[in-house]
Amino acid sequence: MAEYYLSLFIRAVFIENLALVFFLGMCTFLAVSKKVETAFGLGCAVIVVQTITIPVNNLIYQYLLADGALAWAGLGEVDLSFLTFLSYIGVIAAMVQILEMFLDKYVPALYNSLGVFLPLITVNCAILGGSLFMENRAYNLPESMVYGIGSGLGWAIAIVVLAGIREKMKYSDVPDGLRGLGITFVTVGLMSLGFMSFGGISL
Amino acid sequence: MSQLKETLLNPIFNNNPIGLQILGICSALAVTTKMSVALVMCIALTTVCAFSNLFVSLIRNRIPSSIRIIVQMTIIASLVIVVDQVLGAVAYDMSKQLTVFVGLIITNCIVMGRAEAFAMANPPGASFVDGIGNGLGYSVVLMVVATIRELIGSGSLFGIGILPLVTEGGWYTPMGLMLLPPSAFFIIGLLIWALRAWKAEQVEEPDYEISSHSALSRG
Repeated sequence: MAEYYLSLFIRAVFIENLALVFFLGMCTFLAVSKKVETAFGLGCAVIVVQTITIPVNNLIYQYLLADGALAWAGLGEVDLSFLTFLSYIGVIAAMVQILEMFLDKYVPALYNSLGVFLPLITVNCAILGGSLFMENRAYNLPESMVYGIGSGLGWAIAIVVLAGIREKMKYSDVPDGLRGLGITFVTVGLMSLGFMSFGGISL
Repeated sequence: MSQLKETLLNPIFNNNPIGLQILGICSALAVTTKMSVALVMCIALTTVCAFSNLFVSLIRNRIPSSIRIIVQMTIIASLVIVVDQVLGAVAYDMSKQLTVFVGLIITNCIVMGRAEAFAMANPPGASFVDGIGNGLGYSVVLMVVATIRELIGSGSLFGIGILPLVTEGGWYTPMGLMLLPPSAFFIIGLLIWALRAWKAEQVEEPDYEISSHSALSRG
């Protein structure tokens, strides 16, 4: 059983990396990867939020929204699955807000270092995408917990690595039109090519 | 009238949401292996963008600024639900191929960005046109990338064979890399290069100036 979860975890981190294989969270991925330090802060925030929201959304989907999920309340025929988008984004926004208040009160050091990134995460496609993939692949609660941690970690690794490359690349002489955004895309493409080599791994 | 036209056409080349503002890239990369899928995505995004701009603009004077993000989010999410339901009813296969990416229009920064930056400050008509313009700017990039990827990757356009494949007795060996994720990054990177070579004012300032070799310059 442990092997199954380990394999799911490895798959979420490397083979199905949210940033490099599914292109999720690209906007922040490109905009906030100029310095390793900030990239690391954002990466940590994504891991935390992803680990909380995916299992919570999983519970909401299983017990409130899925077809026939309201059977426990005597409403077996009700299918609220069209409400998934709205409730997921609501849960994510609420979770981010709660997390922000919690960190502000109890862990001010972490709160200050995360700074503006926490609210930004609400509109990060990687978070919503993680929840949608969870629904799409019909994960149960333990699976979605493992998937939440794994996908968050995968995204964080990718952004920290990219930031490391970009810090060094600042000193290279890039053709005018390619400078900045263009060369970053090409770099991410090469990284994505590297991550493809994890493709065959299964435990 | 000319101002409306400018609102419509400006985002396509001069201020392209993908090329210059780095917005909405996630889906631009993921749904571009086939032109038909990309086209549906473009239509979906342009519709959502235009109507979210229209509705946000209609109630812009009544939204308290402290909760405006939530209000915009709700409007966008509701529109995306409508689009998703319509797609599921009319083109079921297509909605299966797009999987989670229709849902991800909610967090597409183009929609959110235009609602916040344009619709909150402009009348409904202009906002609607701005939504369409930005949707088209996104669509142009998406369709160009999809054309390149489908033509080189599987030798066809819109699923109709253009280049005769080796497997069917022709001469063209499809380049499998084009169907894999990395190629999308390369193509967009090169497209941005091309766009900036054409419109030189979009070139970014260097972070770090490489000084000329002092020994050489002294001769």
